[in-house]
Amino acid sequence: MAVIRTLGSGAWRVVELITTPVVPADYLDAIAPLRNAKVLRARVEAVRPETANSATLVLRPGRGWVPHEPGQYARVGVDVAGVRLWRSYSITSTPARRDGRITITVNAVPGGVVSTHLVRRARRGMLLHLDVPTGEFLLPATRPAKALFVTAGSGITPVMGMLRSALHELRDVVVVHSAGTHEAVVFGAELRTLAAEGRIRLIERHTRTDGRIKPADLDELVPDLFERQVWACGPNEMLDDLEAHWADAEAGHLLVTERFRPALISGEGGGTVTFTKSGTVVETDGSVPLLDSGEQAGVLMPSGCRMGICFSCVLPLREGAVRDLRDGSLTVAEPGDSIPVQTCISAAAGPCQIEN
Amino acid sequence: MTTIQHKKSNPIAHLTPEDIEAIGVELDAIRDEVMGSRGAKDAAYIRRVIKVQRGLELSSRAVLLFSLFPPAWLVGTAGLSVAKILENMEVGHNILHGQWDWMRDPKIHSTKWEWDHASPAEQWKHSHNELHHTYTNVVGKDNDLGYGIMRVDEEQRWSPAHLGQPLYNFINACLFEYGIAAYDLELGKNLATPERRKDPKFRAALKATRRKIGKQMLKDYVVHPALSGPSFLHTIAANATANLVRNLWSHSVIMCGHFPNGVETFEKTSIEGETRGEWYLRQMLGSANISGTKLMHIMTGNLSHQIEHHLFPDMPSNRYAQISPKIKDLFQRYGLKYTTGPLPKQVASAWWKVLRLSLPNKPVVAPRAVAAERPAPVSDPAARWRRLPAAAAAAAAPAPVEAL
Repeated sequence: MAVIRTLGSGAWRVVELITTPVVPADYLDAIAPLRNAKVLRARVEAVRPETANSATLVLRPGRGWVPHEPGQYARVGVDVAGVRLWRSYSITSTPARRDGRITITVNAVPGGVVSTHLVRRARRGMLLHLDVPTGEFLLPATRPAKALFVTAGSGITPVMGMLRSALHELRDVVVVHSAGTHEAVVFGAELRTLAAEGRIRLIERHTRTDGRIKPADLDELVPDLFERQVWACGPNEMLDDLEAHWADAEAGHLLVTERFRPALISGEGGGTVTFTKSGTVVETDGSVPLLDSGEQAGVLMPSGCRMGICFSCVLPLREGAVRDLRDGSLTVAEPGDSIPVQTCISAAAGPCQIEN
Repeated sequence: MTTIQHKKSNPIAHLTPEDIEAIGVELDAIRDEVMGSRGAKDAAYIRRVIKVQRGLELSSRAVLLFSLFPPAWLVGTAGLSVAKILENMEVGHNILHGQWDWMRDPKIHSTKWEWDHASPAEQWKHSHNELHHTYTNVVGKDNDLGYGIMRVDEEQRWSPAHLGQPLYNFINACLFEYGIAAYDLELGKNLATPERRKDPKFRAALKATRRKIGKQMLKDYVVHPALSGPSFLHTIAANATANLVRNLWSHSVIMCGHFPNGVETFEKTSIEGETRGEWYLRQMLGSANISGTKLMHIMTGNLSHQIEHHLFPDMPSNRYAQISPKIKDLFQRYGLKYTTGPLPKQVASAWWKVLRLSLPNKPVVAPRAVAAERPAPVSDPAARWRRLPAAAAAAAAPAPVEAL
């Protein structure tokens, strides 16, 4: 075995020499893109409209994919207008699915370039970039006796993943879901069927006509509210309200929330810059390049021309927003991103993290 | 060529400091327009070029497996030469400039790319992107002027060793990729003293270059020839020829960028506290274009648009042709010379300079016109990225000089 392995790796080294300076995978990717475990990709196998503004994408992940836990999300990368953008989407299919496919359900957010692109432009056969599943919004191994899911809008997606995977192991489930209208409820038909079959108690709220649900309303709608394990996903204000309500009842330990952390962009610029490797934290001004701020704080920064042309100073922006001081254009990194930015001509446009 | 500060008729004497800043404002506007409109079409362009290049390289190498047969040798060698030229110029040089970083594709990114060249990408980026592009044509700072081995300016002191420079230039052209590797290592400077020779940074760079050259050599002169079995020697000859063709071609193109007649050089002191407008102006005067067809532009990696490239080194190369008329118009309105010409003419002009300056010339004496007029330099190394505030920019846009 060892001999074969040695021969194999020797042969591979020869193949690598044939293609140097690029790697053999760069050629193979043109033929079999899903084969490369180092660059995880997925092929869109089907696109199913859900509501007027949302669609479910059936994806076949390539090699390198790891089975997910219900409630987890995966980062999906897509080229929009030539730029690779990454967003996180909850996996709505069950890991028990035998065909190796997964589904994500995307809600086209007004002004959201990625979500709009996926809902309107995704077609069968399209390739997406993918990251392995992650997230702590999970059901415990010992299933709760009584569960409550409080969701709004696309916040239903991780919960749908949980219901499809584990509903048969849950005995008492209440789902409180809010959406603008009856038609705007993603998975509306499926949820209503589950309710009709008596497998869940569904409380549907249409905010366009009935207004938003307040945590106090929940006390009436769900009488045994604080006897339940609660999973909540939706807009940040809703989650803030819920957390306050459960904290007041000294039941904070029963509530698990999943929230989207939007990058904070400051209008006048500037913000707290964290250099993640050195651990240095600097308060910066919107007119000072990150390079200068870092150097003044004693961070060892790579640098070159100091005028934005040589690209020697690029460092990954891990989170937050920076502004190009020449033309004012913004670069925004979502959590999980790693976008190289030119530190010599970029300044913080809100709190941000630079890997250095 | 004499540094612009010592010329009898200074080609920028007619420009006021306000004119120079106004030029900068116009160029920034051109830059913003293009950079703001980069999109899917541009991304498709570079991916297509890479695909064509890889297809051509792979198929040429496949043909060369049978290089024992003369037609296969000819076709394979021609294909491989073109593939290597494309790889170095339109693909490698431009990706390493960060022209495609905006796509955020880690496979096509200045920080990740490695090219089919003796010099490791990291070292090339330092000596080319940082030193040459920042200090373009500043005598004593831009080593691309004569690559440290030639006399390319009348003001450089002549010595009998310069008699040999036409020969050095020819040898450098044949072995251009190794010349560049040596140059990126700053061998002349780093081998000069024992301390410099022992400097760990230099040792590490030397090791990286040795490794890179070793791999390149193994590929072209051992692995591919061995794969072609009985065609072993023929494939070695084919690969050597392709490398030679690529070296001669890229050397010619690069000579045309800064050596032909009409290109200006600058004194070291002239760039202290240089403003954004002044930096732009130096790029305008220090570069020369090559005229020709679309194919010609692609084969030169769009370095035929050297002026546009030097103004905006990180602009995607497929856009230079588009902005070229605007840049030409700007030159004309400000009474500046847009140096361009067909390849043979520009190559001849550059070679003529190398020949001419291999012989001594009369010392140049001229008043230092420009330096005296410049305001006291501000010692701010970062001044070059700073644009004028909007209000000042509006004030600094007077009626440009119509003609001279």
